[in-house]
Amino acid sequence: MISLTDRKIADLELKANDIRVSIIESLAAAGSGHTAGSLGMADVFTVLYFAVMNHDPKKPNKEDRDRLILSNGHIAPVLYSTMAHAGYFPVKELLTLRKFGSRLQGHPHRTSLPGLETSSGPLGSGLSQAVGMTIAEEMDAGEISNKFFYCLLGDGELNEGQNWEAIMLAGKKRLHNLIAVVDRNNIQIDGNTEDIMPLEPLREKFLAFNWHVIEMDGHNMRGLYQAFLDAQSVAEKPIVIIAHTIPSKGVLSFQRDYRWHGAPPGKGPEDRVKKDKQKEVALKELKEVRGEIEEKIKNLNKE
Amino acid sequence: MLNKDSHFIKDIFAKEIKEEATRVGYGKGLLEAGEKNKNIVALCADLTESTSTHLFAKKFPHRFVQVGITEQSMASVASGMAAMGKVPFFSSYAMFSPGRNWEQIRTTICYNDVNAKIIGSHSGVSVGPDGATHQALEDIAITRVIPNMTVIVPSDSEAARKATIKAAEHNGPVYIRLAREKTPLITTEKTPFEIGKAYPVWVTEKPDVTIFSCGDILFNVLRVAKTLTEKNKKVTVVNVPTIKPLDTKTIIEHAKNSQKIVTVEEHQRSGGLGSAISEVLSESCPKQILRLGVDDSFGESGTPTELFKHHGIDYDGILASVEKYIK
Ligand SMILES: Cc1ncc(C[n+]2csc(CCOP(=O)(O)OP(=O)(O)O)c2C)c(N)n1
Ligand SMILES: [Mg+2]
Repeated sequence: MISLTDRKIADLELKANDIRVSIIESLAAAGSGHTAGSLGMADVFTVLYFAVMNHDPKKPNKEDRDRLILSNGHIAPVLYSTMAHAGYFPVKELLTLRKFGSRLQGHPHRTSLPGLETSSGPLGSGLSQAVGMTIAEEMDAGEISNKFFYCLLGDGELNEGQNWEAIMLAGKKRLHNLIAVVDRNNIQIDGNTEDIMPLEPLREKFLAFNWHVIEMDGHNMRGLYQAFLDAQSVAEKPIVIIAHTIPSKGVLSFQRDYRWHGAPPGKGPEDRVKKDKQKEVALKELKEVRGEIEEKIKNLNKE
Repeated sequence: MLNKDSHFIKDIFAKEIKEEATRVGYGKGLLEAGEKNKNIVALCADLTESTSTHLFAKKFPHRFVQVGITEQSMASVASGMAAMGKVPFFSSYAMFSPGRNWEQIRTTICYNDVNAKIIGSHSGVSVGPDGATHQALEDIAITRVIPNMTVIVPSDSEAARKATIKAAEHNGPVYIRLAREKTPLITTEKTPFEIGKAYPVWVTEKPDVTIFSCGDILFNVLRVAKTLTEKNKKVTVVNVPTIKPLDTKTIIEHAKNSQKIVTVEEHQRSGGLGSAISEVLSESCPKQILRLGVDDSFGESGTPTELFKHHGIDYDGILASVEKYIK
C-alpha cells in the first residue's frame, strides 16, 4: 500500500462526514438505537472500508476478502451506513433501520444482509469468532496468508470475560493476521468505564497476553491508515489498536456524554439540546464540520 | 366472567388503562423487600436503570454491587454472597441472565441450592426494535428444567412487585421473568399472589375451552375470553404465574372440566408454559392441547404490536386460533 495524499485524506474525512449524517438520519427515523458509539467509530470504519480492507461490495462473498467482525453489534448504524456508502446497498435503505421486515436489524443478523460476517449484539463473543476464523485461515493458507481479520470491540465490552479467554488463545497462537480495534471511548451504559469497571492499564493488559499494542487517536485519518499498515507488518503476534475516540464525535452538542450511548436523536438527554431539535442540530453541526473540510480542500487545490 | 376473587382494577376493559412495565414493579418490590430485610443485596451488569435496580442502588448504595458487563461472573458472585448469608437479586436482560450464564446458575446457584434470585428483564418479542439477539424466547425452558429452581412470570407490574417480595421471603433460587414494554396494570394490591399457585381469572361452568396463560400477554387472553363469551362460548382462563413448581392440582381440576385446552405465552412453543402443562396433563389427564407461542423461530426488529401480530399472539391472532380450534 502507498501513502495517502493530503487530498485523499480529506476525501476520507468527507466520507466519514457523509457516514455520520446517515447515522443521524437512520437513527432518527428508527426512533431507537445507539448514537454515541456509532458516531465515534465513523472514522475507523471509513478508513477500513475506503482505504484498508480488501473487499468488493459487488461480490460480498468473494473468497479472498478481508473479514470485518463487529463484536459490539449495538453500533450497527455505523456499519450499515459505511456499507451503504461503499455500495453494498442503496443509501436510502438506511431509513428502514430497526423496522419490521428490514434487512437492517437492530443488531446485525448475518443472514439478513450480504456483507455481514456475523450476528452480534450480545457483547463479548466477536473476538472469539475472529480468532476462530484466523486459526482456520492459517490452517489452510499457513503463515503466508495475506488475509486480515479485523475485529471491532467496545471498551465496556471488554468487561466480558470471554474476551480475555480469546485474547489468551490469540496470544498463544501468535495470530498475526488478527487485528482487533478497541473503541476506547471511556463510556458504557451506566457511566464512564473507569467508574463502572476500570480497564486501565489497558495497554499493559494486552502486552501481558503477548499482543502487539498500538495506541492512538481514533479520529486521525492519516494516523489510522498508518496504524493499520503498521499492524499488517507485525509478525508472530496478534495486534490490538486501542483507538481513543470521543463518544458522539462530530456532533458537538452530543459529545462526551455517556447518556447518548443508547439514545437516538430525538430521545437523548435534553440539557444541551431539546429533544425535538436534536436531529436538526446534529445535522447542522455535521454540516459545519463538512464546511471546514471543504475549505481545507480548496486550500490544497491552491497549493 | 371475571373471577371476583381476582380483585382486578374496576374496569379492565376500559379504553384508557394505566400501564407500567413489569420491570418497574420489580424495582419497587426490591426496594420494599430491601427495607424489610437488610440481608437483601442487589447486583447489576451495566443495566442498572433498564432493570429498575437503580431505585435500590440509590437507597442502599452499600448493598449494591455494579459488576460491569460480566453476567457469568455475576451469577457466581451472587452465589458466593448467598453462601455468606446475603439474599442477592441479580439482574440483566433475560437473554444474558439466565441466557449467557446458564451453567453458572445451574451449578453454583441451583446445585448448591443457595438463596439467590435471578432477574431477567427484556424477555419476549415485546423488546421490539433491538431485534432477535435481545428477545429472550427460551428463558422459561432453560430455567424450569433446572432442579431446585422456582420460575415466576408475573402478569403485570403489580404482580411483579409482589413476586419480588415473595421471592425474597422464599428460601432458594428463583427466576423472575420481566418485560421492557409498558403493559396494562390490571391487578391491585388485593389480588392474590402466592408462589406455586395458579389462579382462575375468568370463570364459567362447564367450559368449552380453558386457556392457561402467564405473563403480560394475559391481558389479551382476557380480552379474547370476553369476546368469546359474548359469542356464547364458554371460556375459562387460568393465570399460571408460577411455572415451577406448577400448581398441578388447579391445572388438572380445570383441565378435567373442560372440553378443550389452550396455552398462550410470549415464548417458544416448546419448553415453556405450554410444554409444562402438556407434561402434567399427558400423565394425569390426557387431552389435546393447542399451544400458542413463537413457533420455532427467532424474533426480529419491529414494534411490539407488529411482532405479536406476526407471531399470531396478538388479540386477533389468539382469538382466531382459539375460535378455529373449538369450532
Ligand atoms: C452480553 C451483554 N450484556 C449486556 C448488554 C447490554 N449492553 C449493550 S451495550 C452495553 C455497553 C457497552 O459498552 P461499550 O462496549 O463501551 O459500548 P459504547 O457504550 O461505548 O458504545 C451494554 C451493557 C449486551 N448487549 N450484551
Ligand atoms: Mg465504550
